[in-house]
This record gives sequence, structure tokens and C-alpha cells, in this order.
Amino acid sequence: MSKELIRLVNCSMAFDGELVLDNMNLYFNDSEFLTLLGPSGCGKTTTLRIIGGFITPTSGEVLFDGVRMNDIPPHLRQVNTVFQRYALFPHLNVFENVAFGLRIGRTEEKEVNGKKKKVKVRIPQDEIRQRVLEMLEVVSLKGFENRRITELSGGQQQRVAIARALVNRPKVLLLDEPLGALDLRLRKDMQSELKRIQQQMGITFIYVTHDQEEALAMSDTIVVMDQGKIQQIGTPEDIYNEPKNAFVADFIGESNILDGIMHEDYVVEFFNRKFKCLDKGFAPMEPVDVVIRPEDIDIVPMEKGQLRGTVTSVTFKGVHYDTIVDFKGFKWLIQTTDYHPVGETIGIILNPDDIHIMHKSQYSGMFGDYSSYSEEYEEMDDVTMLDEEEEDGPREDGHEE
Amino acid sequence: MMKRRHAASNRFFMALVFLFLYAPIFLLIVFSFNAGESSVVWKGFSLKWYGELFRDRLIMQSVYTTLLVSLLATIISTIAGTFASIGFYSMRRRVREPLMTINSIPMMNADIVTGVSLCLFFVAFFNLWGDFAGWINSIQGLITLPTRLNLGFGTLLLAHISFNIPYVILSVGPKLRQMDRNLVDAAQDLGCTWMQAFWKVILPEIKPGIVSGALIAFTMSVDDFVISYFTAGSATSTLAMQIYSMTKKRISPKINAISTLLFITVLVLLVIVNIRESHQERAALTRQTGKK
Ligand SMILES: Nc1ncnc2c1ncn2[C@@H]1O[C@H](COP(=O)(O)OP(=O)(O)O)[C@@H](O)[C@H]1O
Ligand SMILES: [Mg+2]
Repeated sequence: MSKELIRLVNCSMAFDGELVLDNMNLYFNDSEFLTLLGPSGCGKTTTLRIIGGFITPTSGEVLFDGVRMNDIPPHLRQVNTVFQRYALFPHLNVFENVAFGLRIGRTEEKEVNGKKKKVKVRIPQDEIRQRVLEMLEVVSLKGFENRRITELSGGQQQRVAIARALVNRPKVLLLDEPLGALDLRLRKDMQSELKRIQQQMGITFIYVTHDQEEALAMSDTIVVMDQGKIQQIGTPEDIYNEPKNAFVADFIGESNILDGIMHEDYVVEFFNRKFKCLDKGFAPMEPVDVVIRPEDIDIVPMEKGQLRGTVTSVTFKGVHYDTIVDFKGFKWLIQTTDYHPVGETIGIILNPDDIHIMHKSQYSGMFGDYSSYSEEYEEMDDVTMLDEEEEDGPREDGHEE
Repeated sequence: MMKRRHAASNRFFMALVFLFLYAPIFLLIVFSFNAGESSVVWKGFSLKWYGELFRDRLIMQSVYTTLLVSLLATIISTIAGTFASIGFYSMRRRVREPLMTINSIPMMNADIVTGVSLCLFFVAFFNLWGDFAGWINSIQGLITLPTRLNLGFGTLLLAHISFNIPYVILSVGPKLRQMDRNLVDAAQDLGCTWMQAFWKVILPEIKPGIVSGALIAFTMSVDDFVISYFTAGSATSTLAMQIYSMTKKRISPKINAISTLLFITVLVLLVIVNIRESHQERAALTRQTGKK
């Protein structure tokens, strides 16, 4: 059993009466790589800022080792942060940036002659120098001590930011989209580098990203968030294989999501046809969302298939083809290594473990239809997603009133 | 053809404008070195009037007053203006912007209005104070408060501080807004209290703005006549006021000399401010392009 370090209990946060975090309950274990994953504006940064002490939750508690920390300012918390755009000090060189926290020294409560006193603990110059150089070596920036911050590339600035935080030996490191500003190649390199540093230092990383691939690749635990609410907590495998609702299924990887009816345990109906599946515990005849991952679908000759459809578009993706197939007006994405030309009628077979059943949720019907599939679909960036959310917001409120 | 004539006439008007702008000052400077008493007839080069200047007790006294009030007002308004800017900066936009407009009104206000209103304000306050001090003195015998206060160095200083602060705010504000908001968070994250973060991170970042603000404030103070005239009272004189009172009597070429010195002081200060600004712009530009 790993030890629990931080816990958020019923944490809510509102800005100007607008609820940004809705009753979060979450704990963070020792030496864990935990990722907060969600679209832009879902409250990830806000969660980190609550843990870092930059804002106080509107309601709820922040516990460190079981002690309430709500009103403890950032400089007295044993966590350090790598900020979204690094926030390095431009007037200091690399060495001084990393040494910054060590030079401040911490005030600690100590017993002096039986009385509790606040004592300023100063770290000797030699030790500062040694620790900074050690840390620069960990982030592969040896020899860069005297460089100015403005002379560094994005990736190097990123490393300085990590070194500056880690040199203070925090129990928990908070990272807010640390790789967001880097190009793809560098991002992949830094992912494994970060994972290595986390394992080498043996501390907890709380990592924020909106990139699902990054989350799957690095995390021990993923917390999927949307609209200030936790949608699902689990290992990368859990989240991918057993998404809890249509939002998670769509956000993590590609998914075909269709309406189904659960007849009894292990039997689901969709497209007027019954399929065997591995899920149970639903009410009889409960309407459900059915998730089928594009890479799980087997294409067979037309006459052997459980379902028949026509190929409407094919895109070569390197390892596989993204094939869009029309089944009675509903379009599925199928990823296959075999080429099937547009217009071909194919059959498919679904094995019981290819089918995943989810309860209906507020997200049902919003995702998982590839009827409007295009290249741009994947490229859709955060800005548009944020816009959509904002447009949706007031309409939902209207329903509730 | 047309174009060239156009350019020529433009140049002619420009020359005319510069002539109007600088001819009087040029004349002033030239005649400050005149050996004779006249401001019309040149009688040869001499530093006589400058020498007399330094022997004139009243003028030296007013130079001292000017320097003292300018220095004190600069220091105080720079500190107050810097912290006020930080206050503005941490406000929400919706509150900050109307306040910034209110902040810049005094700068555009006619000096005479500022001067008269400050004068009226001080006099009104002194009346109230007289009543209050009289009442305090009547109910106890331990301390005796002065009942009559007058315009003087103190009010002059207060007036200068008040008209300088907006300039400091205007020059520090942009530097704060250029600063990455997360820098303060980062400093606190690394163990700084807010005050430590201020000294170690905010101050180095906005220092150029503070220095520019202080230089502008000092220039404004040295330069000011109208507001000083209304708030300094009868016993205190700044250099500008001294020059004015000298012009009312017999016009002496000493005025040319002292005006020349004042002109050069202000000119030098303005040149420094401008050079600093263009340097900073260039530095900001290389910083931006350097990042990419
Ligand atoms: N200081 C603030 N004042 C007002 N609204 C804020 C503030 N900080 C964040 N928000 C709002 O809270 C929501 C969540 O923001 P954030 O936590 O930054 O999202 P994320 O990091 O997941 O992109 C956004 O809608 C944002 O506009
Ligand atoms: Mg964010």
C-alpha cells in the first residue's frame, strides 16, 4: 500500500458565482504519477492552483498528510510547481533561477529551549552550488549555468523550470501542461525524460494535460475531468478499456458510440440485432451506450459478417487505414491494416470482448458518430472545444430553471 | 515636378516651425553670454552674468529649494506611485480601466486649475485645523498645537508629490502588465513571502519603469511654475518663481543666464528619458525575437 499525501475533500471553486470545480474528491499517493486530463477550461489549472495554495477553494478541504491546509500560503507548502509557460525569472541566469528556492531558505518551527520558535533555515553556499549542479545534470543542462534565460530554447527553458522546482526536494511536483509549448518530437523525448526523472527522484507528480496520448503514455493514474467534474479515475488501461461514459470513451482515443438496449446480463441489442458481450449488472431492457473501438473491429467478406456496410472513405494513416463504413446510415470508424476501396460492401464481426457497455449519461448522443468525419476532426483544437462549452453552458442552465 | 515643389514647401514650413520654436531659446542662450546689459545689442562674450548668479543669495536659495522639493517629491511619489501601480495591476480589468482614466485626468488638467484647487484645499484645511488646534489647546495644557499654519515648503512638497504620482503610475503600469503574471506565483511557490517576491522578482522586472517614472517626476518638479506659485506661499520660492519675480522688476541679463541653466537641465533630463525608452524598446524587441 502506498501512502496518501494529499486529499481534496468536496472541493468546489467558483469565480464570480460561476462554478469551475464541482465537488472534487481526489487523493494523491506517494511516488505516484497522476495526470489530470481534460479539455481546455475544465478546471485542471484551477485544481493545481488549489493544491499549490494560490487560491483557496470556495468550499471543501485540502488535506496534506491529513492536516487541513486551506489557509496555508504557497511558500509554506511542501509542493513545487512547473508553470504552464515556465515563469522563469528573466533577470537571473540559469544557475540563479535554479538556486532561487534554496537561497530563500525555509522558516521552520523548531523547539528551542522547550519553546516553539520560527527559525530561518539557511542553506550554506557550498551545498546550494552542489545541489544546483546536481539538478542541472539530472535535467541534462550541465554547462548551461551562466546562460541567460532568453538565450535558451523552449525545451531548455522547460528543463530549467523542472530543475528549479525539483531542487527544493518537494514531496509533490505540480506540472501544468509542461510540454504544451514544445514541438512534437521534443514533446515525445521530454515525456520519457519526465517519467525517468519522476522514477529517479521517487516523488509524486501531479501532471496536467489535455493530450490523451501523453496521459496514457506517462501516468500511473489518470483523472479524466470535464466541466469541473471528475468523469473517471483509473489506470490508463482501465480508462481506455472500460470508459465510464461517452465523454471518456470519446476523449480517450477514437470510439464508435451507438445506442443499445441491454436485454439481460451479457446480451446487448443494437441495429436490431443481439450481440454477446462481457458486461452485466444493468437493469433489464435498460437503454445503454455501446462503445466499439475502431481497432477492435474485424472486417470479413460480406456474406460472413454479422453486419454489412459500405465503405465511404479511406485515409492512409501509416500503420493502418482509417476506413469509414456506412451501416444503415450510421457511420463507423474502422482501423484496419487491409485496404478496402470506397464503394466496397464489407461485413464485420464483433467479438464479445470488442463490445463495451456504458450507462446513459448527459454525454449520450454527443460523441462517437463519424458521419461528419473529416481530417479536421482530429485537428480540432482546444479553442473550438472551449467555445462549444461556453455556448452549451447557458442553454443547460436554461433547462434547469 | 509637382511632387518636388510639394516637398520643398513642406521643408520650408518645417524650418519655419523650428525657427519659431527655437529662435527665442537660442536668443536667450546667446544673450546670457553677453558682456553688456542689453538683450538686443551684442557687446562681446562674457561669463559675467553666470558669475553674478552664483553671488545672488535669493537665486541660490531658490535653486536649493527647487532641488530639495524636486528630490523629495520624486522619492516619495516614486514609492507611492509604484505601490499604487501594483494595486491597480492586481485589480480586475473592469475596475482598473476607469481608475486609470481618473489617474490620467490630473495630467491633462490645466496647471492653473490644479494649482488653484490645491491652494484652496490647503487654505480650507488650515482653517479647520486652526479651529481644531484651538479646541485641543483649550481643553488641556500639556501640549500646545500651533493654530496658524501657512502655505510654505510643506504644502509645496505635497503639491509636487500629488502631481507627480500619476506620471509614475503611467510609467510603471505597462512594465507590470508586460511581466508574466506567474512570476510572482513562481517566487511564492519557491518559498518567498509576498514581500520577498516583491523585492526579488517584481522590483527587478519593473525597475526600468520606476527609473523612467522617477526621471519624469523630477523633470516635472524642476519644470513646474504655476502649481508651485499657488502652493508655496510668500516666503518660499522655487527657481521658476524666482525668475518670474525677477521679470517683474528691472529685467536683468541674469534672467537669461538662470533660464539657460534651467533649460539645459530639463533638456538633459528629457534626453535621458528618451534614450532609456528607445533602449528598452529595442531590448524588448530582441527579447521577443530571441525567444522564437
Ligand atoms: N481567476 C479566474 N477568474 C475567473 N475565472 C477563472 C479564473 N481562473 C480560471 N477561471 C475559469 O475557470 C475555468 C477553468 O479554468 P482552468 O482551471 O484554467 O482550466 P484548464 O486549466 O483545465 O484549461 C475557465 O472557464 C476559466 O475561464
Ligand atoms: Mg490550464
